[in-house]
Amino acid sequence: MAITTAQSPFRTDPLTGLRIDLTAQALVKVNAVLAVVFLLVGGTAGLLVALTRWPAVHLLPADLFYMALTAHGIVALMVWIIFFEIAVLYFVASTLLSCRLAAPKLAWTQVVLMVVGAAMTFVAILQGDSSVMMTSYVPMNAAPHFYLGLILFAVGALIGCGVFWGTLVIAAEEKTYEGTLPLTVYGCVIATIIAVFTIASGAIILIPTFLWSLGLIKSIDPMMYRVIWWAFGHSSQQINVTAHITIWYTVAGLAFGAKPMSEKVSRTAFLLYICFLQFGSVHHLLSDPGLSSAWKIFNTSYMMYLAVLASLIHGLTVPGSIEVAQRRSGLNNGLFEWLRKCPWGNPVFSSTILSIIIFGFIGGVTGVVMSVEQVNMIIHNTIYVPGHFHGTVAGGTTLAFMGLTYYLIPVLFQRQVIMKPLAALQPWLFGIGTSIFAIAIMGAGTLGVPRRHWDVTFAGQALGFEWPGMAQMMLAIGEIGGVIAVLGGALFCVIVVGSILIGEPVPANAKNIVAPPADAGGHKEIGMGGFEAPGTFILAMVLFVTLVLYYFVNFKYLATLWTLT
Amino acid sequence: MSNEESFRPTVLQRILDDINFMMCLGLVIPTVFYTLWGVMEVATIPLGK
Ligand code: HEM
Ligand SMILES: [Cu+2]
Repeated sequence: MAITTAQSPFRTDPLTGLRIDLTAQALVKVNAVLAVVFLLVGGTAGLLVALTRWPAVHLLPADLFYMALTAHGIVALMVWIIFFEIAVLYFVASTLLSCRLAAPKLAWTQVVLMVVGAAMTFVAILQGDSSVMMTSYVPMNAAPHFYLGLILFAVGALIGCGVFWGTLVIAAEEKTYEGTLPLTVYGCVIATIIAVFTIASGAIILIPTFLWSLGLIKSIDPMMYRVIWWAFGHSSQQINVTAHITIWYTVAGLAFGAKPMSEKVSRTAFLLYICFLQFGSVHHLLSDPGLSSAWKIFNTSYMMYLAVLASLIHGLTVPGSIEVAQRRSGLNNGLFEWLRKCPWGNPVFSSTILSIIIFGFIGGVTGVVMSVEQVNMIIHNTIYVPGHFHGTVAGGTTLAFMGLTYYLIPVLFQRQVIMKPLAALQPWLFGIGTSIFAIAIMGAGTLGVPRRHWDVTFAGQALGFEWPGMAQMMLAIGEIGGVIAVLGGALFCVIVVGSILIGEPVPANAKNIVAPPADAGGHKEIGMGGFEAPGTFILAMVLFVTLVLYYFVNFKYLATLWTLT
Repeated sequence: MSNEESFRPTVLQRILDDINFMMCLGLVIPTVFYTLWGVMEVATIPLGK
């Protein structure tokens, strides 16, 4: 692949009419393919972990379990997701703004640094001395190249953010767009801002930890480590949320010609993210001693709720815009005709809508409730926590990324997706598997089953523990769901790699896959009872009621566990 | 063009469009309320004797 100069050529994509910078295209492809390869690695590790936590299978011995768990956390959460996010940044900045990518050489440096960094950390994990989990809490000690790999990876990611920002500057100077940035680009701007805070926090904590592993620093305070590490660990989840929400908007626009219901409302919601989303980091420290309730509650409740409001706005406006577009195209009967007649067999669409539903109902509802200081006591360090975050990072982010990938295969790789019937099934396998996994292990967690634990029965130990049959059953059901999800994930990797390698070229006369822009005139006649999107409004109310009920159920449960007399 | 001249963006719109300002907000707010405040919390825990 040639490292081209600033005058890189463009091509016009026949499917979408998008003007694509060829250097950017190569970089997006490389980052996306690397992402998918790492998803396969991370998913394999996830399978091993799931098969060990399934009590009847209990596959790995203890040392390999913790090694696989560390590999799974790091590779799935950081490597897969961040490679894909960089691909998204480059795609959005160059293609959606019809702009050449800034500093292509730096962008290739990003690729090299991230590959070398990820490989270094992965090798350290496989060598067996670095089974410290992705959080690498001190004073647990990993090999120096475990930390160094993470640092190089983060520097690479920061360079990627810089290339994105530089491209925006070029686009503004060369006036490749008019007026304000399109909303999808804007979403990436927000994700990048959060990324800069995230990476800076990561550097502040990981560089000293690296020096400590070399013996150059005597000790690192564990409490200080936790506070700063979570500025990195939690904020990186907020990058993911912002990125996948941006993808929801993108897909709604591409697949339905849907226009945001209100640009201003969506952008203001992004402003709320910038101001308030990072406060959520404290929810990881709610049960830590030494930190005041004032700091905890200010950050996780009062301020966080403003960010939650923003998420509710995004969750309402994306399906709402799809509903409006569908109704305008004639599907205006009843409350849900627009929804029934969505292209459920199209993986671009099904991945996106499943991502919205799973993120909202599983990841979102549980996340808000477990961030309440008192409720957190019920589930802290139980397997409920992985249940929650697989609802966000697997069901929400990963599924949204899968949907965008199906879109990018014909556009960037100019190949048709292979095995179409299986591709139609894939998001459902992954989405439903992940949901079963998440809900069931949350059930087990509510009964007290710990997270990150090789053998919760303590078999053969002096102090065994007999779990209620229910907890055992929940674990088994959960891990069966996990295996289904892994099948869905593996199928995704096979389809993507297969399509790129042996997929048929997109025919030259293929029809434009961007839906025609919704017809303007019909605005007033759609909807019911004064609502343009009544179906979405009802769904949003269902989500809200679920949230409120779930909140009170948890307080009730807390009251029965910790009786006050 | 005359249309454009008579159109004055609101303060909110100007904030939203100024992505460098947004970058500053996004760095300063969490640094103050999460990181600095949090570090102060840890730093003020009395040492055991
Ligand atoms: C493909 C299906 C997946 C399965 C079956 C699966 C399974 C698991 C299991 C069983 C655990 C261990 C829970 C514990 O013992 O505490 C776990 C942890 C974790 N998973 Fe997954 N997972 C999957 C996908 C993902 C994805 C896509 C991501 C990220 C994007 C992810 C991120 C994580 C993280 C960060 C942890 C925590 C590791 C730790 O506690 O250090 N997983 N997963
Ligand atoms: Cu978090």
